[in-house]
Amino acid sequence: MNTRTLIPDFVNRKSFIELDARARAQSLFDEGTWKELVGPFDRIESPWLAKQGIAPQFDDGCIVIKGKIGGSPAVAIAFEGAFQGGSVGEVSGAKMTAALDLATKDSETGKPTAAVLLLQTGGVRLQEANLGLAAVAEIISSALALRQHAPVITIVAGTVGCFGGMSLVAGVSSYTVMTREARLGLNGPEVIEQESGIDEFDSSDRALIWAIHGGEQRVGMGLADSLLEDDAGKIAAAVRDCVHQGVPEKHRIEQVELYRARIAALDTSRQIDPAKLRQQWASTSGGVR
Amino acid sequence: MKEQVGLRGKAWFKALTGSDTPNHGDDPNSVLATTAAVGNESALFLCVVPDKDSRFPCVRDGQVGLEEAFTLATHIRAVIAEDRDKPREAKRPIIAIVDVKSQAYGRREETAGIFFAAATSADAYASARMAGHPVISLVAGHAFSGGFLTHGYQANRILAFDDAGIVIHAMHKEAAARITRRSVAELEKLGHEIPPMSYDVREYAKLGLLFKLLHADDPQHSTSNEVAEVRRAITEAIADARKGKLDLSNRWESDAAKETRKGTLAVRAALEAQWFNE
Repeated sequence: MNTRTLIPDFVNRKSFIELDARARAQSLFDEGTWKELVGPFDRIESPWLAKQGIAPQFDDGCIVIKGKIGGSPAVAIAFEGAFQGGSVGEVSGAKMTAALDLATKDSETGKPTAAVLLLQTGGVRLQEANLGLAAVAEIISSALALRQHAPVITIVAGTVGCFGGMSLVAGVSSYTVMTREARLGLNGPEVIEQESGIDEFDSSDRALIWAIHGGEQRVGMGLADSLLEDDAGKIAAAVRDCVHQGVPEKHRIEQVELYRARIAALDTSRQIDPAKLRQQWASTSGGVR
Repeated sequence: MKEQVGLRGKAWFKALTGSDTPNHGDDPNSVLATTAAVGNESALFLCVVPDKDSRFPCVRDGQVGLEEAFTLATHIRAVIAEDRDKPREAKRPIIAIVDVKSQAYGRREETAGIFFAAATSADAYASARMAGHPVISLVAGHAFSGGFLTHGYQANRILAFDDAGIVIHAMHKEAAARITRRSVAELEKLGHEIPPMSYDVREYAKLGLLFKLLHADDPQHSTSNEVAEVRRAITEAIADARKGKLDLSNRWESDAAKETRKGTLAVRAALEAQWFNE
């Protein structure tokens, strides 16, 4: 018996979520085509953290890589979940907005440039509060501008998840790709428990958290597009597919009437059963691309 | 001074449109939407208010939830569609009157994907702006976090009153203190030194995000002169928006931003230089 049959594929796969943000972003590009922009050697760090006794980082936890994906021009912007929880500060937010704006500029002048957003973030960095919130509004606007010309692809992988204002950025994307471990929502369980009490949300109930925010649920209910294994090769292939598909005919975010009707149909007299909701939304025609 | 969130918004909606009754039909009572005159044209006015009878518990005290977001998006997208073929100068202004506590912190909302609902509203506002509609926000009370992202933060121009009842912030003080492991007193002290952390609207104005600060002695009970002044400011903001770019670049290119948002400007300059240097 050879080792090939003894060792299952998942042992030999290259994990995506074990990579740091820089390596994740690099892994999406065609070999030899990419370079990092405004990297750590440019030393543009947060002007606000040191004043509060917090060590800044030379890349502010945001990595921008430009190159080619499946032969097409693309830029990836990745938040590093290990630095300040992947939070959006002035500098990290400005990197994302500026990269999206430059991709739009190229796209408008005949060089369609897709953007891949790797979001592992808890949302706004509270030490830079209002500039973080403003950055989120600017990112939403710039993502919307680009997606008229080239796809904006969001990847949510790993256990940090994508929460707070940045979850709206996932919402306005052309495509959202998730892994089973990943979570996507506006308010994390701890925040809800803190604001509305443990009866509303028990943040220690892991089964409940993944039933509501988990990748399988979000893809199943049609609020994200594909569920992938934690495999760098498969995730890169899925991103290439999205780049090739290009701009969808109609973005999910523009289907207001459909989703409004679904909310109108909810029974709110008690908590909503996530599994049942997934079933209902998946079977309603028209919502899931 | 602890007044209920939403009352100021409602008062200004009434002062500017003459009505504060919700639409019947599909709209929840938590969204006020009407067409009213401003300057010599008509505009869509939108406001989110608390609805003590909402079927979503979080919405009862003024949190912005699922129905609110989708209702805003519906009204905005209807105006975009109706004005599609009009030239930019004839596209109707959209005026968001903002006095919102926060996004809804509820399990029902998370389960049904409030992140997506909030995004549809932000997306509709931004689409209106990009289509050439002047989008103006009047911050009459609170503008917190996901509530503001859902309703108002995509505006071309933002107006706010200059008094202590105005709070624009990413998170309310108590929660922000807990999460950053500080006391509320420490947080307030930091706000004096670090403008983006401040809860004071005059400090917020230093970030360059506002078009103008307005004044009313008591924003909840305005005088007719104050209403006239606010109307003038809205008209001025509309005219300025029509002259400007469709994107949000005015925010980081403003005079105040040149002082406060040096980090943003440094990133933009460096990225642009390296982007085209191949």
